Amino acid sequence: MSSIPLAFENEIYILEKKLFELKKPDSGAKSLSEAKELEKKLEQIKGKVYASLTPWQRVQLARHPQRPYTLDYVKLIFDDFVELRGDRLFSEDQAIVAGLAKIDNKTIMLIGHQKGRGTKDNLVRNFGMPHPEGYRKARRLMKLAEKFGFPVVTLIDTPGAYPGIGAEERGQGEAIANNMEVMIGLQVPVICVVIGEGSSGGALAIGVGDKILMMENAIYSVISPEGCAAILWKDSSKVEDAAEALKLTAPDLLNFGIIDEIIPEPIGGAHRFKEDAARNLKNAILNNIKILQDIPVSRMLEIRFEKFKKMGRFIE
Amino acid sequence: MAWFKKKTDEKPKEKKKGIPKGLWVKCNGCEEIIYGKELELNNRVCPLCQYHFKLNVLERINLIIDENTFIEYDKNVKSDDPLSFKDLKRYEDRLKSAKEETGLEEALVSGEGKINGHDAVICVLTFDFMGGSMASVVGEKIFRAVDRAIKKRFPVIIVSASGGARMQEGILSLMQMAKTTAVLAKLGKEKLPYISILTDPTTGGVTASFASIGDVIISEPKALIGFTGARVIEQTIGQKLPEGFQRAEFLLEHGMIDMVVERKDMKKTVAQILDFFKNRQ
Ligand SMILES: [Zn+2]
Repeated sequence: MSSIPLAFENEIYILEKKLFELKKPDSGAKSLSEAKELEKKLEQIKGKVYASLTPWQRVQLARHPQRPYTLDYVKLIFDDFVELRGDRLFSEDQAIVAGLAKIDNKTIMLIGHQKGRGTKDNLVRNFGMPHPEGYRKARRLMKLAEKFGFPVVTLIDTPGAYPGIGAEERGQGEAIANNMEVMIGLQVPVICVVIGEGSSGGALAIGVGDKILMMENAIYSVISPEGCAAILWKDSSKVEDAAEALKLTAPDLLNFGIIDEIIPEPIGGAHRFKEDAARNLKNAILNNIKILQDIPVSRMLEIRFEKFKKMGRFIE
Repeated sequence: MAWFKKKTDEKPKEKKKGIPKGLWVKCNGCEEIIYGKELELNNRVCPLCQYHFKLNVLERINLIIDENTFIEYDKNVKSDDPLSFKDLKRYEDRLKSAKEETGLEEALVSGEGKINGHDAVICVLTFDFMGGSMASVVGEKIFRAVDRAIKKRFPVIIVSASGGARMQEGILSLMQMAKTTAVLAKLGKEKLPYISILTDPTTGGVTASFASIGDVIISEPKALIGFTGARVIEQTIGQKLPEGFQRAEFLLEHGMIDMVVERKDMKKTVAQILDFFKNRQ
């Protein structure tokens, strides 16, 4: 798939194009040896670029329009999927998708934010920003999963909960709070994966579980770098500084003890190699379900509670 | 006036940031000039228009807790700078000036006391200290206070006033939402009541966590309560917000809170509710 390179990807794209030309069957023996050299060089450059991504570059990758979204992973990972809709209270919110999914012949409840591709799709998906109804649909389906003993897997990818009049009227804050309250006590394994953009309470509303994982180039933050720059730097152009200061990358979160595991992405990123990214995600989900299914429920809930109890840093 | 008077030589350390000093005060509600003393005697509520001025932590505790019964918890739990955060100022320096301005160690004071004779654990957030934002310490103090309530079989009262996250603590701030919700869920499982009192303003991560999951939710009149701030909403939707949007009365109308209670009736109401829960099985 062709995609628009980010600034730091430019050199890689140019070399890749050159390599493609050299490898054409009619380009002769000399070109082939040149291609071999170039291939080596390309691998080195890629390795270097992707090993030293800045936080802001990671933000760009996490928000990349070609990055796999929940429904992309659904296609690539699960053997079967039936979408379930509606909160049974007010409406259906398509910024969150949910349903029964089969993974290696096991049934799970899959719940994820869903961003849109293109203007029309984004209007339907509201750019992945849920209203309270989205969170209440998620909650309804978590309870359904609990009833039948299905593990819950959530995929987090949102710029935040939607800021609007209706959202406030119908209790955006309550919807988020109530989800966390349900998730901390849910009597089935809960695995949460930040696949792209994990922004603020809108992400955490489906982010309380036994295992919290992050894709290598995903971000997870209390506020967007733009919002933080505007408030603290009083200058919305200071996004790179804010991204750096907020410590929002997967290695940062691992270091703070917030996440359990980083799921590796192929060199070049999930937006360019979806299948590889999906394979890694699938393995991580399967491994963690396996680990959690051997723990008695009451013990699992204790460990989940202790996990959140420990979060935070202070002096005493 | 109350608990800190136990030792007569000890002056209240907390300063009154944002509360106008002097003999005469201009009311933010009706813009009339009010005599300062009259305001003090009226729990800092405008006698003309009932506008509720902000209370500081001591005033809030004195309003709700019986005289000489308050015992503070976890005073020595203090903020760290886990991200070594620096924007235009260092987080360390912001903390320092907040401490100097308010005389408090952090945005939340927790403890236990009696409310018309009923034992209760109480946590009070103050907007004066960095906007009442959710530092790790705020989450930790709530966690420990609720944990003590579980051990002592006491009900919990949390008085909220907050602008939301403590950005300088990044993801650790966000996770306090989950941490506080987790411990309150445990309190609920133990069949102990939690009364959430919302004061002006309660927004962001606090609204999206402990403030919204009270067994009973009470607000002071006209308090601003919401998830997203009005300015961000206006920017997003490109229109002006209706009159009274995100005010306590608006939330009551939309079914988000149980009652709006005037300050003079707050203690009486809380005690009345606690009395019902005394009879639980
Ligand atoms: Zn007035």
